[in-house]
Amino acid sequence: MSVLLKGGRVIDPRSGRDEVADVLIDGNSVAEIGSVTTEAAEILDVSGSVVAPGLVDMHTHLREPGREDEETIASASAAAAAGGFTAVCAMPNTDPVADNAAIVEKVWALGREAGLVEVVPAGALSRGQRGEKMADIGEMARSVARVRLFTDDGRGVQDSLFVRRVMEYLLAFDGIYAEHCEDAALAAGGQMHEGDASSALGLRGVPSEAEELMAARDIALARLTGCKLHLLHISTRGTVELVRRAKAEGLAVTAEATPHHFALTDDELRSYNPNAKVNPPLRAEEDRLAVIEGLADGTIDAIATDHAPHAIEEKDQEFEFAPPGLVGLETALALGITHLVEPGTLTLPELIGCMSSRPAELLGLDRHGSLSAGGAANIVVFDDAEEWVVDPAAFHSLSRNTPFTGASVRGRVRHTFFEGRQTVRDGAVTSEVSA
Amino acid sequence: MIKHLLSMDQLSREDITKILDTAESLQQVTSRPIKKLPTLRGRTVCNLFYEASTRTRISFELAAKRLSADVINFSADSKSSVSKGESFKDTAWTLEAMGVDAIIVRHGSSGAPLQLSKWVEASVINAGDGAHEHPTQALLDLFSIREHLKDFEGLKVGIVGDVLHSRVARSNVKGLVTMGAEVTLVGPPTLIPPQAAGWGASISYDFDDVIGDLDICYLLRVQQERQSEQLFPSLREYAANWGLDSKRVARMKHDALVMHPGPMNRGVEIAADVSELPRSIILGQVANGLAVRMSLLYLMLGGPDADSEMDV
Repeated sequence: MSVLLKGGRVIDPRSGRDEVADVLIDGNSVAEIGSVTTEAAEILDVSGSVVAPGLVDMHTHLREPGREDEETIASASAAAAAGGFTAVCAMPNTDPVADNAAIVEKVWALGREAGLVEVVPAGALSRGQRGEKMADIGEMARSVARVRLFTDDGRGVQDSLFVRRVMEYLLAFDGIYAEHCEDAALAAGGQMHEGDASSALGLRGVPSEAEELMAARDIALARLTGCKLHLLHISTRGTVELVRRAKAEGLAVTAEATPHHFALTDDELRSYNPNAKVNPPLRAEEDRLAVIEGLADGTIDAIATDHAPHAIEEKDQEFEFAPPGLVGLETALALGITHLVEPGTLTLPELIGCMSSRPAELLGLDRHGSLSAGGAANIVVFDDAEEWVVDPAAFHSLSRNTPFTGASVRGRVRHTFFEGRQTVRDGAVTSEVSA
Repeated sequence: MIKHLLSMDQLSREDITKILDTAESLQQVTSRPIKKLPTLRGRTVCNLFYEASTRTRISFELAAKRLSADVINFSADSKSSVSKGESFKDTAWTLEAMGVDAIIVRHGSSGAPLQLSKWVEASVINAGDGAHEHPTQALLDLFSIREHLKDFEGLKVGIVGDVLHSRVARSNVKGLVTMGAEVTLVGPPTLIPPQAAGWGASISYDFDDVIGDLDICYLLRVQQERQSEQLFPSLREYAANWGLDSKRVARMKHDALVMHPGPMNRGVEIAADVSELPRSIILGQVANGLAVRMSLLYLMLGGPDADSEMDV
């Protein structure tokens, strides 16, 4: 079955293409880009829309196995497709933890079964994510899931000697050491960013330094070992500067930032909204601006959602008891357009670079991140001008925990194609998913 | 009058003055042989206390009863209520379903009263939440100060001790600054949040440097556990540097007052003999709590007729 995407603005950050053209999808690949006339294809008029490589999320919590009430691999896949994604990297902090080949292969297989996006499992660095004993790194890397990114995300690895050993060991498998930078002692009991808001609200703060200390340590150890280091969801001005310097030095250090960290600040917590509670916490305005600057100058490679579903009853309690995290798959693109492209900080091709090409490259996903004749047909079509209001009730995710409820945003996904199959049509996920 | 009292931020100088004036009138009622007003007859007030408290709960209970309200007391441990399975929200809805008119809430979690106010129709009064605020304490402190010193404008108040963990400090700074007083926060740097400079107060780590200028020396309770958290080396060292003993009292202005929200740690933040000096108005603070809380309930729940009824 062939589909012709007629008359859209075709953007491919990798080749630099940005022009109005037709895209012919044949089977699971792109047959032709240009002025295409064919009678053998279904024609979709996408004039006025952007046609780009499908988005790639480096940081997604799918919650399966363990918390299928909050999200399943199938429901997260639907949410991802609806958000324009064709690949998501599944964080290993499931229950049980993805610290061995059996779990990552299961996650990988469930992703294939859902069939809406490529689910790329990440593996834990340490057994049970306790930061003490190495997880089965080689077995995960060599499994059918071919794990490349390893992380204890959810917590930082505290023991520096352990970090060094794991970084060295990862060299054998071309693995990426990905850190959730958080010094546990400095951050202990923290509910939000330490600053004016936390002190006024009487909530214990997490200082920026809790992130920066670990980022600085990891960069030093990456220098020592030669291991690839990826810093997850960086949120402070200091961390952005550390990454900038590491890159200038030529180290293999990369970083991601989330839409909520470039869109919101700790002022959001002044209403004690548990849906704005997240880790790392929403920071001060100067940090938000530094994250945006880091995205603009390439210091920060990727925009990642840190999609973290939580059950309503867990969020709907005293702020202190609510778990951190928010869902992001279905708002990420619009937040990028609204907060980065609209103000002129990033061009649309640069945004797509951060949300597709660059993360695909980092994860080694050669079927994602570019749009070219002969390449894989992983494609998103979106209207970059359409305004809409975020309504969590319309999410495909099983969870609703977003601080963006009621926010007016710009940019809406119209169609998504995963391996040539249309997963989203006119904004609706094509195959309904059972929870 | 406001529907909920969650923070001193909500109250203007006029609001505070009205609450204090009303409290003054009500205090006369409490000295009558029959200490009861019919204002809140048929209304139900619930004391929802997730943290142990003696004086605040009793004070609110008595205040409501003096105004003829029906009073329910509900006490729970903030942790155990979670473990036993009834969430804060479900408890709120249960009270709501029973038709409670006001909920006085004390909770270990900052922000809990604000969350509660979004879930219920009843008026919510914050009786202390985490390290956030304790507005009725601030109001009774303002009342006590006014009793002795009349004018707040330019009054120099030192709040001494564990400001970091203190909801009393946050509410008092707001209330005092609103009324025109000059507040200095005094204590070891580990117990003064660096951001406190933005609260409209000044900061000093040297008690001896400021004590001679103060009109009010307001001491905060220093909990034993702060020592184990390594916020200062020992209670002995704390007392030596930031405790109010008779040597420091001797350097105070002759009419300066000593205040403390209680319960006191005698020998730590306040020497035993100091707490009993005439300039110490600590017990007066407790007594005034009743009148101030009556005043609040009266103004918040009494409806439009409350003011006129007062004159009778």
